[in-house]
Amino acid sequence: MRGKRSYAFVVCLVAAACSRAPEGESGAAPEGAKLTIQNSGSDTMVNLAQAWAEEYAGIEPSVSVEVSGGGSGTGIAALINGTVDIANSSRKLEPEEFASAQQANGAAPQEHIVGYDALAVYVHKDNPLESATLEQLADIYGEGGAITKWSEVGVKNAACPTDEIIRVSRQSNSGTYFYFREAILGKSRDFKLGSRDLHGSKDVVELVAGTPCAIGYSGMGYATPGVKALKIARKAGEEAYAPTVSTTLANTYPIARPLYLYTAGTPSEHVAKYIEWLYSERAQKIVEESGYVPLPKTPSPPATTPEGR
Amino acid sequence: MTGWRRLEVLTEPVIEGAIRISGISAIIFVFGIFFFVFREGAGFLFNHLDWREFLLSPEWYPTSVANKRYGILALIAGTGSVTVLAMLIAVPFGLGAAVFVSEFCGPRLKEIVKVVVELLAAIPSVVWGFIGLKVMNRLIIVLFDAPVGLTLLNGSIILALMSVPIIVSISEDALKAVPDSFREAAMAMGATRWQVVYRVLLPAAKNGLLAAVLLGVGRAVGETMAVLMATGHAVKIPTSLLDSVRTLTATIASELGESPVGSEHYQVLFVIGVLLFTITFTVNLTADLVVRGVRRS
Repeated sequence: MRGKRSYAFVVCLVAAACSRAPEGESGAAPEGAKLTIQNSGSDTMVNLAQAWAEEYAGIEPSVSVEVSGGGSGTGIAALINGTVDIANSSRKLEPEEFASAQQANGAAPQEHIVGYDALAVYVHKDNPLESATLEQLADIYGEGGAITKWSEVGVKNAACPTDEIIRVSRQSNSGTYFYFREAILGKSRDFKLGSRDLHGSKDVVELVAGTPCAIGYSGMGYATPGVKALKIARKAGEEAYAPTVSTTLANTYPIARPLYLYTAGTPSEHVAKYIEWLYSERAQKIVEESGYVPLPKTPSPPATTPEGR
Repeated sequence: MTGWRRLEVLTEPVIEGAIRISGISAIIFVFGIFFFVFREGAGFLFNHLDWREFLLSPEWYPTSVANKRYGILALIAGTGSVTVLAMLIAVPFGLGAAVFVSEFCGPRLKEIVKVVVELLAAIPSVVWGFIGLKVMNRLIIVLFDAPVGLTLLNGSIILALMSVPIIVSISEDALKAVPDSFREAAMAMGATRWQVVYRVLLPAAKNGLLAAVLLGVGRAVGETMAVLMATGHAVKIPTSLLDSVRTLTATIASELGESPVGSEHYQVLFVIGVLLFTITFTVNLTADLVVRGVRRS
């Protein structure tokens, strides 16, 4: 019996050793030959940043961009700690964050808007609901809001026998959570307790796709065939708009936000070059291909320092 | 020969010291971790924490702009309910499996069962969580007509499956430790196999079995990733098996990464860490004292 146990252990060890091997090989490459750009932050932007990094590797082989997610707050914290060159953020820097970044790095952080994200409100594909107003969303999601059943928004959701609206949300400090809360509830109101707070944009869409009673919000790039994005109207009686590139740029879709990059002060040369490339036609095409909204076709806006915040 | 001996005389204290340090290091690490967790949370713990609100309010709004509220009653209820339900499922299965393995099955089957149970323990907790999120979610929606499958029930089943291996291996050891003379004496008295188990083995091994259950509880309280994914992570005091809940550990895991270091929210999460540490410490200490009771008797 002991023998078998240790045999299993050896098998595990061997498996682990084999799976490690390729890592070791890549680690053997000469160090210092490549400049690296450390890039982390917003989960919303991680797929986009990854796609940019892969494309850029073909354009500028001497620079490697290393992308990781973790959330806007994580990226900004890393920027303050000086462990990344670029922080991706799907929200604006808070004044306190701005101050501590300035203090830690000795220079005011620079802000770059690289695209826009429309937050789509998703329901299950069999849900007959087509559109909603911001007020309805506030009543569904907001603390003290009265809507808890699908019949209260005027649909008979046949796939959902209990009629209960299952609210799907995000963990309470993701950039998406903050933005959605501010967009539908205003600065100071809170969400209703009891929502399913998932840990990633993708998970939200997955859960909604598997749950006929559910409603959830996530970047419009995360749409799958299993879910339906609602058209959103600012007020009852006004026209409702679907989350698309044109409605976002025309500012008619009400739940859209800029995507930011932050650097600590003036970026070093290779980082600046990378950021400049992000405004190129090819890079903006990738924004569109990833499901986000590219910048309108104007000369690339200069880096700004968010003053007065 | 004498040179060899001299070398031994010289190296002996060094080796002895090294071994002593490795032994003591465990103690140092435990206290170090407790100190660290406590220090991070201490500022809030002693200055701002409203204990009544903290322990008795179910309102958890750590990132509210207008009105921050740090009530963890719903989270305690979540951890408590998931743990209790998981144990209700895992203890009968675990003890049953242990009795079967140690008393009823043949040597070949015994080997197979043991290896498979150990394999169960080797599955990483994210994988369990994934099963909860993907497989069990749909299963529960279909079977129970529930609006959503990420529920207390889902999390408890996943957690039960994760605790069973611990309960099985420790209780099997406890049953094996009962001397064969007990079994032989009972058989000689004309007891059936079931009577031997029920009347002789279980009472004789009861301390070991209790320790097994308590270690299973410790595992269930401390588990994070799987319950984070399977329970739905909703701040709510559960009123039925099909409600979503949120546990203390999952709250720390999902929120600590993005709360600004040193902020109130950050410190509250560490206070929750202190609470969890206290709970698991108590459970483990109880288990340890119980096992000690076994050795003495």
